[in-house]
Amino acid sequence: METARAKAMWIAVSLLILVWTVFPILWIVMLSFKRPGEIGNQRGFLPHTWTWENYRTVFETDLFTAALVNSIGISLIATVVGVVFATLVAYAIARLEFPGKRLILSFALAIAMFPVVSLVGPLFDLWRDVGLYDTWPGLIIPYISFALPLAIWTLSAFFREIPWEMEQAAQVDGATTWQAFRKVIVPLAAPGVFTAAILTFFFCWNDFVFGISLTSTDRARPVPAALAFFTGESQFEQPTTAICAAAVVVTVPVVVIVLLFQRRIVAGLTSGAVKG
Amino acid sequence: MAAITMSNIVKRYGDGFPAVNDVSLDVRDGEFMILVGPSGCGKSTLLRMIVGLEDITSGEMRIGERVVNTVAPQRRNLSMVFQNYALYPHLTVFENIAFPLRLAKRPDDEVRRRVTDTAGLLELTDHLERKPANLSGGQRQRVAMGRAIVRQADAFLFDEPLSNLDAKLRGQMRTEIARLQRRLGVTTVYVTHDQTEAMTLGDRVAVLRKGVLQQVGSPRELYEQPANLFVAGFIGSPSMNFLPASVEGTVLATPLGRFELRDERKAAAAAGRRVVLVGLRPESFEDAALVGAAKRERGAVVRVRVDVTEWLGNEQYAYVPYEAPEDLTARLRELSRELDGDQMRTQAVVALDASSPIVAGEEAELWIDTAGLHIFDPATGANLTRDEERVAELGRHSERVRAAKREAQRVGPPS
Repeated sequence: METARAKAMWIAVSLLILVWTVFPILWIVMLSFKRPGEIGNQRGFLPHTWTWENYRTVFETDLFTAALVNSIGISLIATVVGVVFATLVAYAIARLEFPGKRLILSFALAIAMFPVVSLVGPLFDLWRDVGLYDTWPGLIIPYISFALPLAIWTLSAFFREIPWEMEQAAQVDGATTWQAFRKVIVPLAAPGVFTAAILTFFFCWNDFVFGISLTSTDRARPVPAALAFFTGESQFEQPTTAICAAAVVVTVPVVVIVLLFQRRIVAGLTSGAVKG
Repeated sequence: MAAITMSNIVKRYGDGFPAVNDVSLDVRDGEFMILVGPSGCGKSTLLRMIVGLEDITSGEMRIGERVVNTVAPQRRNLSMVFQNYALYPHLTVFENIAFPLRLAKRPDDEVRRRVTDTAGLLELTDHLERKPANLSGGQRQRVAMGRAIVRQADAFLFDEPLSNLDAKLRGQMRTEIARLQRRLGVTTVYVTHDQTEAMTLGDRVAVLRKGVLQQVGSPRELYEQPANLFVAGFIGSPSMNFLPASVEGTVLATPLGRFELRDERKAAAAAGRRVVLVGLRPESFEDAALVGAAKRERGAVVRVRVDVTEWLGNEQYAYVPYEAPEDLTARLRELSRELDGDQMRTQAVVALDASSPIVAGEEAELWIDTAGLHIFDPATGANLTRDEERVAELGRHSERVRAAKREAQRVGPPS
């Protein structure tokens, strides 16, 4: 009785949340398949005539393809560098006793809470002075510093889960500290490293504020920023459908990755929360 | 292979508490040494200092000829089996065992040959491609052993390796470890809190209490000639009974009854003292009705009230409560607590023949083998009746036993 009701409740709530979250994505997908002129002229959620035209337009535009290359490159580099840093820092935090350990952790947390927007102005000035404005490193550096805290916290939770004995066993077996770290600790923390990598990648991939403020040309502008510069076929036409197509192109990989690795991501985020 | 020599080893933690205090211990080349004691006695800490996972506050640790106080664990060439095995979950059984060889950059064919040999020795051949998570407790234990023996380490260190196994498996693995150690002849230090393991495995046993070494000797020596109250109480199960006794010439008046000390040496040990603690093992008692006249003469017979009996088939325990002076009761309770027990009342545990018809709640006549009794100083706990001649004799005997055990394994059982 009670369980049946509870189950029904759960299903109802889940459905509500599902609709709430899926609807916008579905809407964008639908818009991306409509003809450019359809919006504002014909009503309806589904396209009247399904067309790939928008996708063709998007991929033929240099603006988008260049931005896509930038986005992929910048996000990947930031992820790799960030995760390597985070792994080392998290390991030190989880394993070593050193003065200032708590300071580093609280500092990392403070950075994570710091409003990104308030930094954009100063960074803009600074980057222009040092010549980083509108370059890949100009975006990679702030991405890393803002993605690090979350990665460090996730990873240090993971490292703490790994029994000390693993490492001691490796040392007794003849491994140096570095070998023990590389051959035992990192493989064991792989799910955590993976989670941290995915989270960092999403952060970089989805960023708009830095992307639009610290770039001015195709040299470094990432996709989310580039979307804002889309124009229609003529001045009388809104580029809505093309923008939607581009949005789908950059959203779909994220959705697919999350679906594929959701178990791991959840495991990574909740590790350390309860005793396994 | 090498001897391990510890001189005045001290381990002091940050709060100044000495976990290991001034321990000097020689583990001879090829010897099987057991470190035993109740929880928190510092036995694991001492082991971890040997292997290098714990810093040495003061004293000198030698492995072979080398002082290793500041040598990193990976350079000590020791191998260790951890209590929770510490297998690498991401590697197969093969790679787990091969791990030390891979680190030593051995050629591939040598690694394969040695891992295969080791796996054969430990009957792991069928499991080489599996991951530790899919193995049973006993198999994991064997993998941990395999990783320890696969390379030519100078010594094996075991940290309570059998405590995670169930009783039956523990028995099997115990004999397996004994056989393996004797066959390989490698110096071994083995930490345990289990008496059976300590008594059956060790060539010699070192008993620790609160970080201080109490006695080192063969299992027989510890059992027959304990150095003090603590060792006497710790070795043997059920524990030795300690009865307060007042000395009246050569007669000891205990709460269970009076009996004469016929042994001159023992009488001399008690002479001049007012109160002593008499140590009697449960096995030193017997139902007087089952004892022949000749044997009866050699001991003393007392009349007591039996409180509880426990019949186990092969033997029978009887519990005999007694009254003791306040101060000694407190001393005995403190001792019992130290030995990881908490005896609420002063009572003697008596082992009787299983056929004894003694009934709980009734009075019974018990025969006491007074030849086996020990006399302890109640203040210091020292054993006043330790027989140095006998100790020396036991020492020689244990050497013979050790040589014979190794010889038996060298020839190898018909397999």
